[in-house]
Amino acid sequence: MDTTKTDTSSRATGEVKVDLDAEFRDSHIQEVLDKLDRELIGLKPVKTRIREIAALLLVDRLRKKFALTSQTPTLHMSFTGNPGTGKTTVALRMAEILHRLGYVREGHLIAVTRDDLVGQYIGHTAPKTKEVIKKAMGGVLFIDEAYYLYKPENERDYGQEAIEILLQIMENNRDDLVVILAGYKDKMDKFFQSNPGMRSRIAHHVDFPDYQATELMAIADLMLAEQNYHFSPAAHRAFAEYIPRRMQLGHFANARSIRNALDRARLRQANRLFAAKNKMLSKDDLMTIEAEDILASRVFIDNAPDDDLQAPARGS
Amino acid sequence: MMTNPGNRLTQGQFSFLPDLTDEQITAQIKYALKQGWAVSVEYTDDPHPRNTYWDMFGMPMFDLKDPAGIMLEINNCRKTFPRHYIRVMAFDASKGWETPRMSFIVNRPPKEPGFGLSRQETGGRQIRYTVHSYATDKPESERY
Repeated sequence: MDTTKTDTSSRATGEVKVDLDAEFRDSHIQEVLDKLDRELIGLKPVKTRIREIAALLLVDRLRKKFALTSQTPTLHMSFTGNPGTGKTTVALRMAEILHRLGYVREGHLIAVTRDDLVGQYIGHTAPKTKEVIKKAMGGVLFIDEAYYLYKPENERDYGQEAIEILLQIMENNRDDLVVILAGYKDKMDKFFQSNPGMRSRIAHHVDFPDYQATELMAIADLMLAEQNYHFSPAAHRAFAEYIPRRMQLGHFANARSIRNALDRARLRQANRLFAAKNKMLSKDDLMTIEAEDILASRVFIDNAPDDDLQAPARGS
Repeated sequence: MMTNPGNRLTQGQFSFLPDLTDEQITAQIKYALKQGWAVSVEYTDDPHPRNTYWDMFGMPMFDLKDPAGIMLEINNCRKTFPRHYIRVMAFDASKGWETPRMSFIVNRPPKEPGFGLSRQETGGRQIRYTVHSYATDKPESERY
């Protein structure tokens, strides 16, 4: 009772002011945003959008201090973009930001696909979906390739059931759970068209652009540095040439393709060192990737993408 | 009995206290989840103290981080069985324990008739005592 009284009087006289800056510092969001800037190359529109969302949530929290009630903002999001553009990574950061602002209690991320939500026989789907939802509560539920939930060509598909349960939870448990749907842009658009309920419950649509060749080069440098490797100057030039060539070929998955290319380069480096048996190796030898490790790629030799070392992992 | 006004069932933790509020239940579950225990919801309409195996309401919930999911199940169970006893159990699967570490009642019927003590005379004026729940005089589903 007391607080409302002082609030109204202070609003009238304009005495009490809140310090947006202090609030911002206290929430430590800047650290997360800085980390985002440092670790994610490019993605300008995404970063701007995340900054906007963070600002909205911060202001919303300040409004609460003045007892200016507004409903908990809808935080469900959809991330659209080609593979390897950093959707999962950004979702992880988003969970952290929401946690710092107090909009999710635990800040963990549960990444699922259709298989984790949809059952195989009648009556299997609801418990399965609910179990996943319960695990994600207090955090963020990340549904990769969400459009596979809806298969219009099969009217007896159980995906619809999962969607209905999701919709219900997204509406009723807004305080407990944030849902992020991710997938290719065109397929997601079609998915939203056929599920207007889903569309209306999602407040933020974030589109992830493809990377430029220069950005991919920066990503490669960053990835190598993380694993304590580096390019020799010649290798750097060779890889800069590799990227545009690889981009022309099929099945190009942005940062994920780069990671796979680097994994293969590491493999060749190890092979090369192994072949030169009678040579003493310095620490630098072990860390350096030479031009020949890259030029041996099939992209240069017969202009075809290398076979992947492993099945491309989900997320990047 | 004067020692237990209202014949309240006293099984598990906190059963001598007034009913826990939802916030208090949430806090207890939060503790259990922090310890890494699997929480489950169970119900029964036979409150005899030796009736240890209550009916499970869904599977035990593993790998949860937040009590909200369990509260959801508790409220579902309350909706389905508003006049049953409902308890929350936390199972510790770690080696050496492998047993429930917490168990407390979160829902009870509006009226609890309590227990009667019956005496049976056997040979040599010996007496055998047994506890009998008045509720179980009626068939299942009509008890509360």
